[in-house]
Amino acid sequence: MIDKTVAELSVALAAGDISSVELTQAYLDRIARYNDDLNAFITVCEESALDQAKAADLARANGDTSPLLGIPLAHKDIFCTKGITTTCGSRMLQNFVSPYDATVVERFSAAGTVMLGKTNMDEFAMGSSNETSFFGPVRNPWDLSRVPGGSSGGSAAAVAADLCAMATGTDTGGSIRQPAAFCGITGFKPSYGRVSRWGMIAFASSLDQAGSLSKSAEDAALMMNVMAGLDSKDSTSVDTEAVDYSATLNDSLEGLRIGIPKQHFAEGLSAEVESAIRTALLEYEKLGAKVKEISLPNNHLSVSAYYVVAPAEASANLSRYDGVRYGYRCENPVDLEDMYKRTRSEGFGDEVKRRIMVGTYALSAGFYDAYYRKAQKIRRLVKNDFTNAFKEVDVVIGPTSPHTAFELGANSDPVAMYLEDIYTIAVNLAGLPAISIPAGSANGLPIGMHIVAGDFEEAKLLNVAHQFQRQTDWHLSKPTTLGMGA
Amino acid sequence: MEWETVIGLEVHVQLSTHSKLFSGSATKFGAAPNTQANIYDLALPGTLPVLNKAALAMAVRFGVAIGAEISKRSVFDRKNYFYPDLPKGYQVSQLDYPIVGKGSLTVALEDGTEKVIGITRAHMEEDAGKSLHQEFPGMSGIDLNRAGTPLLEIVSEPDIRSAKEAVAYLKKLHAIIRYLDISDGNMAQGSMRCDANVSIRPVGTTEFGNRAEIKNINSFRFVEKAINYEIQRQQGVIEDGGRVVQETRLYDADKNETRSMRSKEVANDYRYFPEPDLLPIVIDDAFIDSIRAELPELPDAKKARFCREYGLSEYDAGVLVSTREMADYYEVVAKQSGDTKLAANWVTVELQGLLNKNNWEINDSPIQADRLATLISRIQDNTISGKLAKTVFETMIEDSAGVDAIIKEKGLQQVTDAGAIEKLVDEVIANNQAQVAQYRAGKEKVFGFFVGQAMKASKGKANPAQLNQLLKEKLK
Repeated sequence: MIDKTVAELSVALAAGDISSVELTQAYLDRIARYNDDLNAFITVCEESALDQAKAADLARANGDTSPLLGIPLAHKDIFCTKGITTTCGSRMLQNFVSPYDATVVERFSAAGTVMLGKTNMDEFAMGSSNETSFFGPVRNPWDLSRVPGGSSGGSAAAVAADLCAMATGTDTGGSIRQPAAFCGITGFKPSYGRVSRWGMIAFASSLDQAGSLSKSAEDAALMMNVMAGLDSKDSTSVDTEAVDYSATLNDSLEGLRIGIPKQHFAEGLSAEVESAIRTALLEYEKLGAKVKEISLPNNHLSVSAYYVVAPAEASANLSRYDGVRYGYRCENPVDLEDMYKRTRSEGFGDEVKRRIMVGTYALSAGFYDAYYRKAQKIRRLVKNDFTNAFKEVDVVIGPTSPHTAFELGANSDPVAMYLEDIYTIAVNLAGLPAISIPAGSANGLPIGMHIVAGDFEEAKLLNVAHQFQRQTDWHLSKPTTLGMGA
Repeated sequence: MEWETVIGLEVHVQLSTHSKLFSGSATKFGAAPNTQANIYDLALPGTLPVLNKAALAMAVRFGVAIGAEISKRSVFDRKNYFYPDLPKGYQVSQLDYPIVGKGSLTVALEDGTEKVIGITRAHMEEDAGKSLHQEFPGMSGIDLNRAGTPLLEIVSEPDIRSAKEAVAYLKKLHAIIRYLDISDGNMAQGSMRCDANVSIRPVGTTEFGNRAEIKNINSFRFVEKAINYEIQRQQGVIEDGGRVVQETRLYDADKNETRSMRSKEVANDYRYFPEPDLLPIVIDDAFIDSIRAELPELPDAKKARFCREYGLSEYDAGVLVSTREMADYYEVVAKQSGDTKLAANWVTVELQGLLNKNNWEINDSPIQADRLATLISRIQDNTISGKLAKTVFETMIEDSAGVDAIIKEKGLQQVTDAGAIEKLVDEVIANNQAQVAQYRAGKEKVFGFFVGQAMKASKGKANPAQLNQLLKEKLK
């Protein structure tokens, strides 16, 4: 049962084939057995999970038919959870117990889901391999010597290894989609503003967006039905009409116009990934879609612009970790300055410190125009590229990542690591919705296909992804490690 | 050499909203430390700001009141610096696109002329918390009750030329924010704080000298003293062949001097950038018009109306409109008593004297407007003389009884009975024959003597007009 999709589990729970307590226990057992191998969870909430499962079973007995009632999930440890440690993958927050729930967490609780625990992540979501976590790297269930991607690597690995039915994640430059691609699952990043950021620990406020990691696009739609919507506590959350993301999953793709950005099929893309994506596109043509090449002429600038904007915002967002009110404080500071310096030197890891320094520099007097202001201009150009593209096509499709999951420790150069997100970053700069779905494999490792739609076209995007998953079974393939695929 | 002083003021006004600029915490003064700080004010991870619309409305209200440009689109920025009472490590403020643009304030100077002082801009920002050093030996305490309280920072042009002008500007500003009901303007509690940029230059030159910024001066009197000290200091520096250093200085009221803050404390690069957690504030004409429509009558308009409607002098009207409460008080007295000038006199002289003596605000006055109006009515209808009214006034401070009851109890009613007055006059004439002879011999100055004697005999209660008339007749 644990390998089923949320949609299937929802049916099984409703039919009484299994109880939420049984299901929850099954996941907890698997976590107990395999988390040491994967390091996907930072915190496991065994007791409260079983309590929530019991409550869900009771609610069902009393007539509650909420679709996600009793479904066990995991939250990325970037979402504040009341009474439970929320670390953001950092020593700085190793002992931080949040006194409140993030809106995302609150909405899943209200929907009757069961929280199994908090998943590992790159420190403050800064990384593309999950190697920057203070709690150690997460391993890829397809090959334990490889990375799961990042920053939502724990969530992706947990879903791929059936340690939970679904998981939340956040995506600032590709942090949901790239690990979804590496772990062979479905990773969905909604439009900026679609899901509340309240209680989601900030990395880069204008780019951060919560989303889902799941076993199918259909599950992503079910999760969106819970997560999305206006929140008065987040001034950047968007007030749009409520959408039933499941309702249009089966719309026909006849006449769908797909754009293939030539810049995403250029130098740097591995042959096996290119071949997998081109093959996948044939499936779409079978479904009646028309594929044409398009251009995103400013795409090559997006990584540079991103690595100014994101660190700049991060440099301010992370100033609150000063040892004064909560979180890590160095031992025996001699004075205020010593406390600041040592708290932040000892509490943050190298990648976080690197980005704080880059961001501080970019905002400094005399450099602001050359870096931050210019990056914001590029951001508008990148957005315009997509606006122009969507005049001609309905969705843009390409690879999520240039290659499959790499070995732990293989990518030690920060700049090379930054280029991991070359296909995904522009989407965050433009605030668009995008999804990565499994679309092939090479040497036993999954390959992700990246689909981008226009602003607030999430329903269309999920429809396009779901139709592919009806046609193919890449999303159903499982790793053979950790007792799976036996 | 003759020097000209150039002053620009930055005034921080605490807006009197019920909750903070970006959180729902209360903003009451004097609460126990950290009882008015929620998870946003503590800068807990994951918390986000939501703009308090009341603060925005107050800022616009101020802008409209001073005839300033109101920005249809304004932007919040983050001002970054580390300090323990700044929980987020940045202050949310407005740099390039403030809510209020150019406006001006007209102030009355001591010589009776008026001067227009330009206002460069006014922007919203959040206040910091407080560091408590004395209470915790060897440590610092942090009180975040004030953190996030909405401030309006009002920046003047360098149009001010003396400490007295600076005070006149501040008093006018104070009156306006009180009239607009956007701040209590309490300087002692920090609801209105002033930084002064002061420089000097040789008279006749147009270039600005290097300025010193004097921080956080918390009373009108200190503003005047701090600026005057600073002018003297700068003149001394230059006349001794030195150069004024551009720096931040702190005013020490105990020693009446300004002194340099360590450069380390001010050498900050604030790395401003637009606050990504808040969208730009976009407002439309309808919003601005609705605020304009609700503006109360402001001091200048009220002063003009008082002169016109009540026949008051510029001076009296100016004193009466200095606060909205005083003006409201006066209008009640004027209307109920029916004698606008006498009312103005009593409010500006007797009442004001009483308030000054006790350091009271008008709302603390034990003599309410309707009681003062009754007292003035009793002067008009000849129940008491103006002189005895002062005695009644004194009694009214302690005694909350009605004016008439006090007059009666003290037996202060004016004697208007012609027979009684005639009797007094006859006695005075009979007892002072020598003076009568002088008077009748043409020494008219002696007349005052008779009035005084008769008044004295009546214990001040005789109606002066009647008394005068009778005396004149009898002395013929």
